[in-house]
Amino acid sequence: MKRATWLVPTLYILFLMLPIYWLVNMSFKTTNEILGSFTLFPNDFTFENYMVIFTDQSWYMGYFNSMLYVSMNTVISVAAALPAAYAFSRYRFLGDKHLFFWLLTNRMAPPAVFALPFFQFYSAVGLFDTHIAVALAHCLFNIPLAVWILEGFMSGVPKELDETAYVDGYSFPKFFFKIFLPTIKSGIGVTAFFCFMFSWVELLLAKNLTAVDAKPIAATMTRTASTAGYELGLLAAAGVLTIIPGAIVIYFVRNYIAKGFALGRV
Amino acid sequence: MANWAGGSIPHARNLAIEMSVELKNVVKRVGAETHIYQTSLAFADKGFNVLLGATGAGKTTLIKLLAGLEKPTSGQVWIKGRDVTRVNTQRRNISLVHQFFVNYPTMSVFENIASPLRVSGLSRAECDRRVREAADLLKLGPMLKRRPSELSGGQQQRTALARAIVKESDLVLLDEPLANLDYKLREELRDELPRLFAGRGATVIYATSEPTEALLLGGMTATMREGRVVQFGPTAEIYRTPSDLTAAEVFSDPPINTAQVTKAGDRITLNGGVSWSASGAIATAADGDYTIGVRPHFVRPKAATDGLVRLSGKVLITELSGSESVAHFALGDRAWVSQSHGVYQFRVGETHEFYMDAGKCLYFGSDGALVA
Repeated sequence: MKRATWLVPTLYILFLMLPIYWLVNMSFKTTNEILGSFTLFPNDFTFENYMVIFTDQSWYMGYFNSMLYVSMNTVISVAAALPAAYAFSRYRFLGDKHLFFWLLTNRMAPPAVFALPFFQFYSAVGLFDTHIAVALAHCLFNIPLAVWILEGFMSGVPKELDETAYVDGYSFPKFFFKIFLPTIKSGIGVTAFFCFMFSWVELLLAKNLTAVDAKPIAATMTRTASTAGYELGLLAAAGVLTIIPGAIVIYFVRNYIAKGFALGRV
Repeated sequence: MANWAGGSIPHARNLAIEMSVELKNVVKRVGAETHIYQTSLAFADKGFNVLLGATGAGKTTLIKLLAGLEKPTSGQVWIKGRDVTRVNTQRRNISLVHQFFVNYPTMSVFENIASPLRVSGLSRAECDRRVREAADLLKLGPMLKRRPSELSGGQQQRTALARAIVKESDLVLLDEPLANLDYKLREELRDELPRLFAGRGATVIYATSEPTEALLLGGMTATMREGRVVQFGPTAEIYRTPSDLTAAEVFSDPPINTAQVTKAGDRITLNGGVSWSASGAIATAADGDYTIGVRPHFVRPKAATDGLVRLSGKVLITELSGSESVAHFALGDRAWVSQSHGVYQFRVGETHEFYMDAGKCLYFGSDGALVA
């Protein structure tokens, strides 16, 4: 009985880590070694794959583009969701509950449904292949999510706090920025993380709404698989680098996410 | 009974001109529900006012109307001779302490207390001085650097009170500030409260659901029931002479005992058959049916003096707390309560004798108004 307590989680983590290990393993091998033999460790350890990514502009610009539109999206989503979530948490108005639920249903539609209208519309207004185009398109599913999460955190703050601030003489904007936002900063952190994550992993819209100037890293990776044969080592290295930003962000917000789960909103 | 103003508050009627906080024909409706029925009330200027009523009586709504957090459906709110009905909370110069301990969680205790002063743009030195003074008064001196979450409930509420004091506002609203504290802390703070606000020139309005608390705080009391102010006057006076049965019911803990009686000549007869001779004001009242109200401590299990009315009833529930005995017993179709000092053994289910001090009976007419 006592043995099982460490055995099961160990096995679980082992299975969980296996694909990630294999990816890291591959990224340090040459393509020949990957295709030619089955090795648990790289025989011919090489940084070559990473060097290509850091020196070739078509590679590192992919990361830059992704980072840029993801950041833009995160800022826009949180900024737009804050007042909306405040309204949902503090005011009662006609149809508020229906509207709140309707927001969530936006997440239920696959982004592919919206790819064509976005493509056509953005082409018409000259937004095609710009960072803001992808950032705005991702708001489609990120703003509802952000409103949903933030509303949970805001409703955890008693309305009496608002009232106390007004009594003390704070105007609404002053209260909102100086007292309310610092109070729910962990909620803002969690929200920003999820917006970042969902925008970072979304491929379909990002790929279809860009061509060259704003091309995301995920699109660059699919291209590499089909040009000069299979550059599997390069692909693996790109994959590793794609995981890292998410891993860094999740490290910083790990405690807040637990709070979000406790509120039942994540 | 602690009357903090030293009995200097004259009767409400004589004060009308000096009243500084006033509700004029205020009505508050939310949707189809009426939360406050038409109410006109002038609070004692620079004095201690208690709003007494059970949960849902409208105390909090009244406080929010005074604070400007809610706007009346009709009627006006006046503070310091100024119609503030349309004035924002921010510009009313008031303080408010909630039942739940509300402080800014991201600020230190010092910053919490200082916050109303910071907003008003007071100089740093002056702000510092006033915060320290208020903190000393509320024994928060050593806690100034801590966050509210690192304080006990009592200290958190003290912080909120310090913030109310430091502002030196015209009107201080306290919405059941002690309800969420444990017994010991509640007693301690209740003793301090009137002293904290005395001599500061602020009108204090204190909402509570406990009649005992109203009596201990003294000053003026407004009894409230279901969105109406039933009676307003000096606390001791309205305790002794409630204007009607409702006011008596609100201002009694345990609940006041009631029964139907019939007056014929100088005899008063209880439904059960017991009778006594009418004395005092009731002696001159017309014959007929009345409702009597007797506070539980005038119904005792022992005949200590002569001239008490003997009642008997089956004991339903008994409560014994320290040196106080409480027994609920059936009198006709009503449940009565007897409250007395000393320890008495009652057996539930047995018939027991109780002695009512008929001289302390309140007589209410068929419309509920006090007759004698």
